Amino acid sequence: MDLFEYQGKQYFARYDIPVSPGDVAYTVDEAVAAAEMAGYPVVVKAQVQVGGRGKAGGIKLADNPDEVRLHAGNILGMDIKGHLVKRVWVEHASDISKEYYASYSLDRGAKKHLLMLSAEGGVEIETVAVENPDAIVLLHIDPVDGLSLDVARDAAVRANIDEEAIDGVADMLVKLYTCFTQGDCDLAEINPLILRPDGGVHALDAKVSLDNNAAFRHPEWDEFRATEELDEREQLARTHDLQYIGLDGTVGIIANGAGLAMSTLDVVNQVGGTAANFLDIGGGANADMMAAALSVINFDENVKSIFINIFGGITRGEEVAKGIVEALSRVDLRAPIVIRLDGTNAQEGRDILANAGIPESKLTSKPTMLEAARAAVAIANGTN
Amino acid sequence: MAIFVNAETKVIVQGLTGGQGKYHGLRNQAYGTQIVGGVTPGKGGTDVDGIPVFNTVAEAVAATGATASFIAVPPKAASAAILEAAAAGIAFIVCITEGIPAQDEAKVFNTLVRQYPNTRLLGPNCPGIISPGKCNIGITAGEIAQLPTATGPNVGIVSRSGTLTYQALYELKQRGIGVSTCVGIGGDPVPGTNFIDCLKEFQADPETHAIILIGEIGGSAEEEAAEFIKANVTKPMSAYIAGVTAPEGKKMGHAGAITSGGKGTAQGKMDALRAAGVKVGLNPTEAGDLMAEIVAAL
Repeated sequence: MDLFEYQGKQYFARYDIPVSPGDVAYTVDEAVAAAEMAGYPVVVKAQVQVGGRGKAGGIKLADNPDEVRLHAGNILGMDIKGHLVKRVWVEHASDISKEYYASYSLDRGAKKHLLMLSAEGGVEIETVAVENPDAIVLLHIDPVDGLSLDVARDAAVRANIDEEAIDGVADMLVKLYTCFTQGDCDLAEINPLILRPDGGVHALDAKVSLDNNAAFRHPEWDEFRATEELDEREQLARTHDLQYIGLDGTVGIIANGAGLAMSTLDVVNQVGGTAANFLDIGGGANADMMAAALSVINFDENVKSIFINIFGGITRGEEVAKGIVEALSRVDLRAPIVIRLDGTNAQEGRDILANAGIPESKLTSKPTMLEAARAAVAIANGTN
Repeated sequence: MAIFVNAETKVIVQGLTGGQGKYHGLRNQAYGTQIVGGVTPGKGGTDVDGIPVFNTVAEAVAATGATASFIAVPPKAASAAILEAAAAGIAFIVCITEGIPAQDEAKVFNTLVRQYPNTRLLGPNCPGIISPGKCNIGITAGEIAQLPTATGPNVGIVSRSGTLTYQALYELKQRGIGVSTCVGIGGDPVPGTNFIDCLKEFQADPETHAIILIGEIGGSAEEEAAEFIKANVTKPMSAYIAGVTAPEGKKMGHAGAITSGGKGTAQGKMDALRAAGVKVGLNPTEAGDLMAEIVAAL
């Protein structure tokens, strides 16, 4: 789960990482109130999960309430690269002497934590990596050992962080590491991490991605979840506990297992179709899950055909078939189903479908993944 | 011969008294796997369909001589279960648990490397391992695996995805091609056993004559495997990478399956494997067809 900047800063604050005083605002009046609290001058920042906010006019400086009203009024409701701005973060504007970069992530190849630290912050780190790779210090941290202040300090020195900022940056690095590990982040990034003229350092931006698998030990994440930007289809899928990602195509996809679902998308694409979604009904899918999955797919107006691709391991063919029959009795599907059913009890499942009296205009069965994909795509493209 | 397991492997099931552990543990036993015990704290002295249950892995090992463990416990308990098995001297651990936090996985992996270098972890979040006719640990339906023949050629399978592992087994069965061992390494960011570990074993296994690799988007494990293949694997290979059409930046079900900034894409992985001499199919069936051609030429 990706956090908005303001949520990232709130999360940082839990781990004593200094951020600028400020507040989130959903209206112009709230923005003014936040500015009064933060103290002028302030920065009004659009809260969207996409880069390039500044260039799009989503970040503005304001010296007084009138300017806050003007900028907040313009930014709220703005469309930035397809992202609607629903809220702004208003914080006290900082004096900046230097901009640095710091982040932690998991290096999957090395299977260790990776600190990336650079004295060249405030720009895209990918750009620095290409143009001046020596300016980035990469430090692998063994998760068993963790990170000591001495090691953090050494990294800061090697990254050519300014002398007066070394202690502050080292302290930040340790706190950010605690946030990354105890806070179960996939990514914790500060860009820029600033040095102020008074010698202090703090986080001017926050990019945090949380590991959904750790949600069980973080009740404080519930409020982040509430603001997560899901489309209506994804909301509905979540209520049914289905792994669903909305896409733009016309072939609705239901498969069991993430790999097979991905593979189904690929095959649909290869035979000239486009997938409307990724949907994994899971390893132990039963009739209820199948009925729920079909109701989610049915919600999508773009769907012209539905490709159900099941390979029974734990999932049993007769359960899948029962779910389809049940779903067809409950919901009026907007599109016909093409099914490929293999594996455990596949024949029983096929028999149930064949004997359920479902007209061929609503359901066809194909023996292989490829043939089923061709049939589903032909219906969706109107070439059948 | 087979890799990692064989007909003599004695297995305990951690979580045998739970729903998943019981269902799959008994299925594995019915397949012919030597399931010699179960472990559930507080339930020592009881049994599950005649399989004795112990309070700790150490007790189970002492009583049964087990060398392998099948872990089927919830995510919260999985890390401790893995480390308990390693501390008790288990050499081969299969963990099917899905949903373990990445921070826990990273810590467990590095703890195993440092404290228990002789323990191999398969998974987490994997379907397990099957050596057809000899041993099946995990959730694979044994009947979809073609038995290997004494003279071969037999194929080894290594896969990151559960259902695609079954699909690969099925593709080979359809063509009557025997399988030496099929290993599902799992789709999580920090797998205990990776492609290279399996490729090394398959290369050394006289019963394996060719290898299928099933990868997916995210990370760089397939690219690293390609480097290894180029330098070390002489047996012919086919492969398939899932997720060619996956949108960037979205987790496709598996925690590890995410492409970002053009890295970890299916195209990059396919290119790397082709450059290493692997025949890459655009879907599982094509990978199966390519393997049939390879086997026919052996």
